[in-house]
Amino acid sequence: MESRFRSLFLTSLILLSATLLHMQVSHAADPVELKNGQIIQPELKRRKITLADIDTEDYEIGIYAGALSIEDFGVNAVYGAKIAYHVTENIFAEFTLGQSTASKTSFELLSGGLQLLTDDERDFTYYNISVGYNLLAGESFFGSRAYNSDLYIIGGIGSTNFADNDNFTWNIGVGFRFVPKDWFAIHIDVRDHMFKSELLGSSKLTHNLELTTGITFFF
Amino acid sequence: MSNAAWAKNEYLKVIVADPFIEMHSGPASGYPVFHVVERGEKIEVLKKKTDWFKVRTRKGVEGWVHHNEMLQTLTLNGKKARFPDTTIEGFRNRTWEIGLQSGDFEGAASITLYGSYYFTPTLSTEISFSQAIGNFSSNLLANVRLSAHPFPEWRVSPFFALGVGIIDTSPKGTLVQTVDRQDTLSHVSIGTDIYLTKRFILRLEYNNFKVFTSRNDNEEVQEWKAGFAVFF
Repeated sequence: MESRFRSLFLTSLILLSATLLHMQVSHAADPVELKNGQIIQPELKRRKITLADIDTEDYEIGIYAGALSIEDFGVNAVYGAKIAYHVTENIFAEFTLGQSTASKTSFELLSGGLQLLTDDERDFTYYNISVGYNLLAGESFFGSRAYNSDLYIIGGIGSTNFADNDNFTWNIGVGFRFVPKDWFAIHIDVRDHMFKSELLGSSKLTHNLELTTGITFFF
Repeated sequence: MSNAAWAKNEYLKVIVADPFIEMHSGPASGYPVFHVVERGEKIEVLKKKTDWFKVRTRKGVEGWVHHNEMLQTLTLNGKKARFPDTTIEGFRNRTWEIGLQSGDFEGAASITLYGSYYFTPTLSTEISFSQAIGNFSSNLLANVRLSAHPFPEWRVSPFFALGVGIIDTSPKGTLVQTVDRQDTLSHVSIGTDIYLTKRFILRLEYNNFKVFTSRNDNEEVQEWKAGFAVFF
């Protein structure tokens, strides 16, 4: 009865103030250690906290923007979104969706009014599924404060839709993850999106280099 | 992402039983050790990232401790703390699986993303989305299937599956304009899941698709693919 009353009392305290509760519980629940090492456990009914209550933060979600050099079609603004799952401390899998619009080739610019692609066909959209490896985990110093950071390599496969065609696309790259908070990171990424294209006559492997910066959140 | 909202400020507490445990500044072994917690000290477990636990000492020092070191801690009742690791046991009793595959879809390069749900260790259902990009056309596929895993206890665990779906075919723009078409299809599949380590599975698979076209003949398409998956 007494312990029931006590937990009722505690529950009302929780409702009053979460911070107050924290102080109450953590002080009241601390075992008192005597000089001879004996521990007295206070007679308090503990709420059971299990492993399932531990918050896991293995997912990372975010957005990015930057510049994409579309081979033969100039350097263009690119933006996108990504979600990553961290499988181990080193390995993560990432799904990315990105979008850009190709500008004119130098031929189109010089020839006056001639157009190789319609406006719709200039849309450059891609997705890829990649695996990354955190190569250099360490600390970066900003002034006198140390922040966690990672240098990672990444590569994968996906598809690029450009000039109304789907193209099987390989990507490789390297990235830097700056982690000022456990739940927040800033990324700088360099990526090469490679696919075969027959757009300008002969078939060739095009390299589309991308430099982006982005923010992500862990959850 | 699991905690009762009103218990927000309470964390799991464990007692260090080893002579000491090391606290790293970040959740990977590459981050430096900046603090040690001695035997008998009580620590709070704040959160977890992959195999690393963020803990807080009584004095408020926060750092990251590896799973293996957390195994050497005691609960407040003096029992060994149980921080289960992902092993082959988890593979045998997995409920969810998500994976990525790549392969050859009758000459076209294919990419597949799939998710599976296991009713029992021997029976699962799966939904998958694929894109197959060939020289002349590009296909989008969505499939659902039922899979039987007759030997779930094996590390190399074979499976058989039957499924149905739709396929959307659009010819490449450089060809003479033809219309996009959508057909239904069914497939039989045989393959194997191979448990690698931690949460990783390698999957090898062969699919035989029957495409029900509006033309006179039904089309048969063969697909070989391999990929990786993680399970939960």
